[in-house]
Amino acid sequence: MTLSRRQALGLSAGAAAVLAFSPTFALSATDDTDAAIKAFTGGATPAEGTVSLDTPEIAENGNTVPVGVSVESPMTEDSFVESVLILADGNPNPAVATFHFTALSGIAEAKTRIRLAKTQNVIAVAKMNDGSTFIDRKEVKVTIGGCGG
Amino acid sequence: MATPKPRVKVPKKAAKGEVITIKTLISHPMESGQRKDKEGNLIPRQIINKFTCEFNGQLVFSCDMDPAVSANPYMQFSAKVNEPGTFKFTWVDDDGSVYETENKIAVE
Amino acid sequence: MASRTKSIATLFSAVMVCATGALAGGPVDEKLVIDGEMEIDTRIPAPEGHPFDEVISGWHYRTDETRDLEADSFQNPGMLYVERGEEIWNTVDGAAGKSCASCHGDGDEFLKGLGANYPKWNADAGKPFNIELQINQCREANMEAEPYKFDAADQKALTTFIKHKSIGMPMEIDLTEGDMQAWWNKGKELYYTRTGQLNLACATCHEGYNGNYIRADHLSQGNVNGFPTYRLKQSAMVSLHNRFRGCIRDTRAAFPPAFSDDLMALEVYVTWRGSGLDIETPAVRQ
Repeated sequence: MTLSRRQALGLSAGAAAVLAFSPTFALSATDDTDAAIKAFTGGATPAEGTVSLDTPEIAENGNTVPVGVSVESPMTEDSFVESVLILADGNPNPAVATFHFTALSGIAEAKTRIRLAKTQNVIAVAKMNDGSTFIDRKEVKVTIGGCGG
Repeated sequence: MATPKPRVKVPKKAAKGEVITIKTLISHPMESGQRKDKEGNLIPRQIINKFTCEFNGQLVFSCDMDPAVSANPYMQFSAKVNEPGTFKFTWVDDDGSVYETENKIAVE
Repeated sequence: MASRTKSIATLFSAVMVCATGALAGGPVDEKLVIDGEMEIDTRIPAPEGHPFDEVISGWHYRTDETRDLEADSFQNPGMLYVERGEEIWNTVDGAAGKSCASCHGDGDEFLKGLGANYPKWNADAGKPFNIELQINQCREANMEAEPYKFDAADQKALTTFIKHKSIGMPMEIDLTEGDMQAWWNKGKELYYTRTGQLNLACATCHEGYNGNYIRADHLSQGNVNGFPTYRLKQSAMVSLHNRFRGCIRDTRAAFPPAFSDDLMALEVYVTWRGSGLDIETPAVRQ
């Protein structure tokens, strides 16, 4: 593979940018997201499983990305999902929405459409009425449009 | 757009104890507070921040929304229907406006 | 020349597919059925003298999620604007104290198929009229109301309502009326004329490279049967002339005003290129 001078310059500049900035970016996004999760769970680390996210692998436009969430739960007066927090760890502000369920919901499922500023993880954290918490994560690739972006 | 107008899709009837799917949509720009106008001034945030569904006065489902919810917010969820009655849907705007609509359901 | 273009396109497509893995660039082999009831003709044999064998709606070039949005008339956010358009249709405006409905009734009969046959020759104006121009003429002459400014929210909503009344009906324009053929000729010339700093014609992308990628986006044939279209990018209705202007802007050329002779000629020609495709308004695109 032969690179033109311009390609080579572009590649090295890109690599430099990644080296210089990505750790900082990753940290700040994760910090905000972690803080939001902790605030929601009351400090506990949520377990994997029980809650599952349904997101497209690739979103054609970050302005309108369909997101579904479902939680395995009997949804009775004694045992139900209280709420599900949705976060997007690459947005300027990770908060997206919080769904609140009741026994009258029948099943703990909800769908909405969200804004994603770039390719990133969408996160769902479920809180049951006994206080236990569960988490799921899905990466959504947000594509850049045609000539206009 | 003119005054935000809700659209709701609820089945007209259900079997006793059936879990139905409800779909809602409302026209609203969900102005995030992060965009700038042509002069470079920040456009103030104005979103619908809360959606609630009640059945015969009891809470079924609600959602707190942040600016990352898309324009014309769509909400799909379930409800268990134990008796005939009325669903009441409420959207609360940042400016304090409340948009409401109701749908009746029969039980066979 | 044609085969050379094709081989370049094939090469281009092969490279792009390798680069993006699982994504395919061409139209998907699916059927658009709205609410499981209304079948929409989105792929049809091209009319005589057409550069393609098959005319394909932009719906086929979108992801599963975007296509699904259009196939569910409840979830389609464009339907909010159809409802708003219906309100406008029935609302009195202007000094004459009339609404659209005062003369045309609820529109169920009057509007059925009407939007599928525009642009139409307007003898008084001596040029083709699209729905937006027709609305403005009606507002000024019959309602004694102000004409809508280009892309006013009400103009987009009313146009969306009117076009939606022809959903599922094939787009067909009459080129035998007045000077329509001359406008078609002019539109065709514009379609193939390279313009802007990027030196692109409409045909460069939408004829030469449709089915391939432009960055991470799929290039469609650029058909207009879904306009006004709900675009996810704007999260709102986008009018055809807005889209024309956006496309021309992206070639880095000066773009003509909406409803100018140039863009009306282009609308006549591009509408003809999609002849026979069913109206999808409000279509949903990326």
